[in-house]
Amino acid sequence: MTPAAAPERTSSGARGLVPVPGPRERAGDRLFRLIVTGFALLTLATVAALAWQLTRGSLGTWRAFGASFLWGRTWDPVNDVFGALPFLYGTLVTSLIALLIAVPLGVGTAVFLTELAPRRLASAVGFAVELLAAVPSVILGLMGMYLLVPAVRFVEPSLERWLGFLPFFRGAAYGLGLLTAGLILSLMILPYVTAITRDVLATVPRSLKEALYALGATRWEVVRGVSLPYARPGILGAVFLALGRALGETMAVTMVIGNTPRISASLFSPGYSMAAVIANELAEAVSDAHLSALIAIGLTLLGVTIVVNGLARLLIYRLERPR
Amino acid sequence: MNLLAMDAEQPAANIPPPAGAAAPGAPRRPVVMSVRGLRAGYAAGAQALQGVDLEIRERTVTAIIGPSGCGKSTLIRCLNRMHEVIPGAWCEGDVRLGGRDVLQLDPVVLRREVGMVFQRPNPFPTMSVFQNVASGLVLNGERDRAKIAERVEESLRRAALWDEVKDKLDKPGTGLSGGQQQRLCIARALAVEPRVLLMDEPCSALDPLATARIEELLLQIKDQLTIVIVTHNMQQAARVSEYTVFMLMGELVEYGETQAIFTQPSDKRTEDYITGRFG
Repeated sequence: MTPAAAPERTSSGARGLVPVPGPRERAGDRLFRLIVTGFALLTLATVAALAWQLTRGSLGTWRAFGASFLWGRTWDPVNDVFGALPFLYGTLVTSLIALLIAVPLGVGTAVFLTELAPRRLASAVGFAVELLAAVPSVILGLMGMYLLVPAVRFVEPSLERWLGFLPFFRGAAYGLGLLTAGLILSLMILPYVTAITRDVLATVPRSLKEALYALGATRWEVVRGVSLPYARPGILGAVFLALGRALGETMAVTMVIGNTPRISASLFSPGYSMAAVIANELAEAVSDAHLSALIAIGLTLLGVTIVVNGLARLLIYRLERPR
Repeated sequence: MNLLAMDAEQPAANIPPPAGAAAPGAPRRPVVMSVRGLRAGYAAGAQALQGVDLEIRERTVTAIIGPSGCGKSTLIRCLNRMHEVIPGAWCEGDVRLGGRDVLQLDPVVLRREVGMVFQRPNPFPTMSVFQNVASGLVLNGERDRAKIAERVEESLRRAALWDEVKDKLDKPGTGLSGGQQQRLCIARALAVEPRVLLMDEPCSALDPLATARIEELLLQIKDQLTIVIVTHNMQQAARVSEYTVFMLMGELVEYGETQAIFTQPSDKRTEDYITGRFG
């Protein structure tokens, strides 16, 4: 806060505009400061209010089931028995499938766009990627129902034939299920991974790439040896942002996941996600216990996203810290 | 241009000329790289080189001087085809490395023989001092750890950096001082044992002391390989080189022994430049 002692940035040499504290702050400045401080505090207040509301609304469930709500496998609104595990499982598995597909695809696309593609093609593909991010999720859900579900139903028997030795690829081919939901999610997070990775790769200094080229490196070696390591913290950030999106996505997942609270190793089988169950049942929840359980699911989802974000911060901090 | 024929008659095993000033009339070394009618440019903007002819002699230091934007950097970047790394850049003409057509060679092969040191020190930030020097070797497929370690030490010694970094080989290369970083980059380039080392204003980001150390180092390694150095600093050219090239607006104005260029330039423009009348 003391501008005189502000350390000068050595690398850029650019010193930001530092407010000079006069004996009396100008009235306009004070008003401005109050307003923006208020905005910033409002964000904090919103998060706090959210957590407070969710906790209060779900107290009944926590009283009845305790922490075992988190690993309870039964979801029976008729008899007021509630457990969140099938939804936790569905959310985590679909998000994981989405990451497994979208991260290699997105990073690969970004490498192509920044390092290989002719400029015109790069801007065309880049535009398409950004457009994909703007597609409303209900549209993607529709596409999932009418294109992806039949396609998955068609492909699943072959998957079972070739990969059936793994427990993930067994069972009846419904089309609706964890695999389809993961696929549609991967489509939704692909633009995030691609666009952010592309922007991060574009910041890799040319001098570093040239240094490796000058040692006789091929393009691939430069990408692997310089660009990707340099961009790694940024790419990880992109991955976690995408994961956050995948965990909370509701509409498209609800439309294709099958909406069955069941835990099965097979990705072919229908499942349920936390966001989907809230969206589906909230309007029909008549008993207080049911309502409370749904809100408890919401609190769990909030907790999962916070934990994931915290891990992301930690990971990026570890990577960026100088050795 | 009958220099090639002349050289064929004169064996290379001659006494090297004293540093900084080739004795007039000293026997010439064989040509290692030759450039004929080299034209180059960028996607946007003017042509950077307007037909340059040049011969670079083995195990000598050739300095390229001239005002900013005269095409010095473009010229040396054509010698190892780093020029074409820039999107839209083009070049044409005849560049030869020991008789082989450089523009037909695989750039990957070429750049292992013609190394480069850049204007700003550019050690790889994700690698340690050791890994930086080893990077070229690893790239070449060297997997023998003992051999790599040996080569790294040798290169760091040649770059006069070993004593300063031997205790922090596993620290990041970017943690060194600017002058040390530049010597690290020189060590990295030397580790793959290039025939020719191109240096693009290697001291322009360094203070005078660090510059002096680099010049000292050049004089130590110049009987082992050929050096082409672009510099803004005419005193530097006079101190380290046997041959000097003066360029102006994409043209090679004058090329000759450093002493001759600096004492009795044959072109009026060269004289004006080195006496500080412009540039």
